[in-house]
Amino acid sequence: MTSKSTIALGNAFVGFRGRIRELVVDMAGIGLPGPELERRLIELGFVEGADVELLHQGLFGGDPIAVRVAHTTIALRRREAMAILVTPALPA
Amino acid sequence: MNAGGALAAVAAPIVAPVIALVGNPNCGKTALFNALTGSRQKVANYPGVTVEKKVGRVTTPAGRVLQIVDLPGTYSLRARSPDEEITRDVVLGRRQSDVNPDLIVCVGDASNLRLALRLALELKRVGRPVMLSLNMMDIARKRGVEIDLGRLSRELGVPVVQSVAVRRGGTDALLREIDRLLEDLPLAKAADWQAPDAGELRGAQSEADRVLRAAVKSSGERDPGTAAVDAVLLHPVAGLVVLLALLFVMFQAVFAWARPLMDLIQDGFTWLGTLVEVSPLPDLLKSFFKDGLISGVGSVIVFLPQIVILFFFILVLEDLGYMARAAFLMDRIMGGAGLHGRAFIPLLSSFACAIPGIMSTRVIDDKRDRLTTILVAPLMTCSARIPVYTLIIGAFIPDREVWGFVGLQGLVMFGLYASGIAGALAVSFVIKRLFWHGVPGEPFMLELPDYKLPRIKSLAIGLWTRATIFLKRAGTTILSMMVLIWFLASFPRPPQGATEPAISYSLAAMLGSLLQPLTEPLGFNWQINVALIPGMAAREVAVGALGTIYAIDGGEGAADKIGQAIAGQWSLATALALLAWYVFAPQCASTLAVIRRETGSWKWMWVTFGYMLVLAYAAALVTNQIARALGAG
Repeated sequence: MTSKSTIALGNAFVGFRGRIRELVVDMAGIGLPGPELERRLIELGFVEGADVELLHQGLFGGDPIAVRVAHTTIALRRREAMAILVTPALPA
Repeated sequence: MNAGGALAAVAAPIVAPVIALVGNPNCGKTALFNALTGSRQKVANYPGVTVEKKVGRVTTPAGRVLQIVDLPGTYSLRARSPDEEITRDVVLGRRQSDVNPDLIVCVGDASNLRLALRLALELKRVGRPVMLSLNMMDIARKRGVEIDLGRLSRELGVPVVQSVAVRRGGTDALLREIDRLLEDLPLAKAADWQAPDAGELRGAQSEADRVLRAAVKSSGERDPGTAAVDAVLLHPVAGLVVLLALLFVMFQAVFAWARPLMDLIQDGFTWLGTLVEVSPLPDLLKSFFKDGLISGVGSVIVFLPQIVILFFFILVLEDLGYMARAAFLMDRIMGGAGLHGRAFIPLLSSFACAIPGIMSTRVIDDKRDRLTTILVAPLMTCSARIPVYTLIIGAFIPDREVWGFVGLQGLVMFGLYASGIAGALAVSFVIKRLFWHGVPGEPFMLELPDYKLPRIKSLAIGLWTRATIFLKRAGTTILSMMVLIWFLASFPRPPQGATEPAISYSLAAMLGSLLQPLTEPLGFNWQINVALIPGMAAREVAVGALGTIYAIDGGEGAADKIGQAIAGQWSLATALALLAWYVFAPQCASTLAVIRRETGSWKWMWVTFGYMLVLAYAAALVTNQIARALGAG
């Protein structure tokens, strides 16, 4: 997998499946300091290598999103999901 | 250690080992706690904070009495909210005078172990004896999850047992293991825990993932039931429609289902009143029992069925796992008003009562978001308003159907709820703009648990707790207010040869008239003014107060017909204005006290009181004037 195909989970469509490549939290416009956001994401299971799938999204602006990460379903806003870089799963 | 030495036994008569339950939110920890302790549980607060402290007792097969402590759910000991701080402090032994656990039981949902295992690894580092209890094993097995308990225990380095909280005997293995561990408890080591950084958390999670791969065989597929249900309930459009429909059904149910039971309670109190009437007591005493106590307290207790039904809905939705979905659906809408998606749960609880609602704002990590939610929570229509609304709607709104299937009375009720919600959204919007303009909001992150059928036992315990709290209030606050009202309405006694009804000569009438210039523009009469004064302590008291006033005023047989009395004496404009007043008025001393406690400042309490009073006055004024202009005066 090359880094070219890497996208931010916050930009993904419903039905997206992939794997977490890395967490990049040093972006502006986030309500939390980067390191704190990173720790919270990890505590909810968003770690490198975990499989993710975008299950649902809200009505207005497609926000928030419901993401399956490994065995858990987590709701979060796209703004925070921008910190999660993912590579799409190869089509089966 | 609590070895039960003679000295300790003198100091505290019952020295039972303390077992702390720790786990992720939604792991079934509370179900396990209920299964273990049943009705032998006590809910109180931790000293100094408002976090609920749930402690219960259980006797093990070996005859040991254990104290079980149910700690607030958390993903890590790195506490971010007051709730999670309690969990951390108890686990780390920082609240020794209060609870000091001898053994920590980490509870994990067997079908969703990944995050639980990381928590277990973190708990292991605390230096106290730890074991892992896999809850909901039945569900996990059905979903094809195979767990090698021995392997899991070896890899984690802590004892592991399985439990099914909802089945008889489902906790036997857990209790036996606790017995075994308590036989030979190692001394607690000094806690070497400190908040992990991102690198350590990553390390812990990959270790947890390794253990998971080694000991658990699972397809990792979603629960098919949950997936199917979510396809509808989390659908961007259908989900919102279902949510609104659900709220609507809830309020119709509160109105319709409770009716027969309420009639029964009403009849019971009327019968009690008749007993007093025919007794050989002196007239003044008769009046005290019948008009003061029975009609006053009775008119409040009659609303128990409605309150139980409302809490029934809230508890069922919570147990089902729907509340997190509701927060998901509402996040963006609430965000538009400057509220956090997580505020939905506290605000929904505020429909039952603002006090648990305000207390549950502890799930909101961010201080500003939390404060906004606290300030607007009292605007959500709490169950104490139901008696007032019911009385007035019953007296003034015709009981007929509109559009062929919706009751008009239920519709008006729905409208009152909607006004409260709109008010709350508008106020929070203003707060956000005024005070915290440009401050970025706290992220919304929430686990959406698999759906689970609510358990009758947990539900029963929950409803029982709420009903007891309500009845206790009726027996204390409300009762004493009733006695006061009766006194005000009965003294001084009318002079010899009085021509007016006795109450016209009373203190109550004087007080009510004193307020008249203030409430005149709202269309309130002095009876309403009198009822509003004790209603400041608790909203529903107003109904009892009106009952007492009109009973003393109208004489025999009027107490059970407050509705008829007000229908005859008030104009529609007055009734509507009073409804509008009640949507906004800050009439609950306990809520204000909780705001003071939760925000730690008098300032926010007075801010709440002030803005609500202004809104209430304005709403009642506008309603009254418009209604009169339209000819309802």
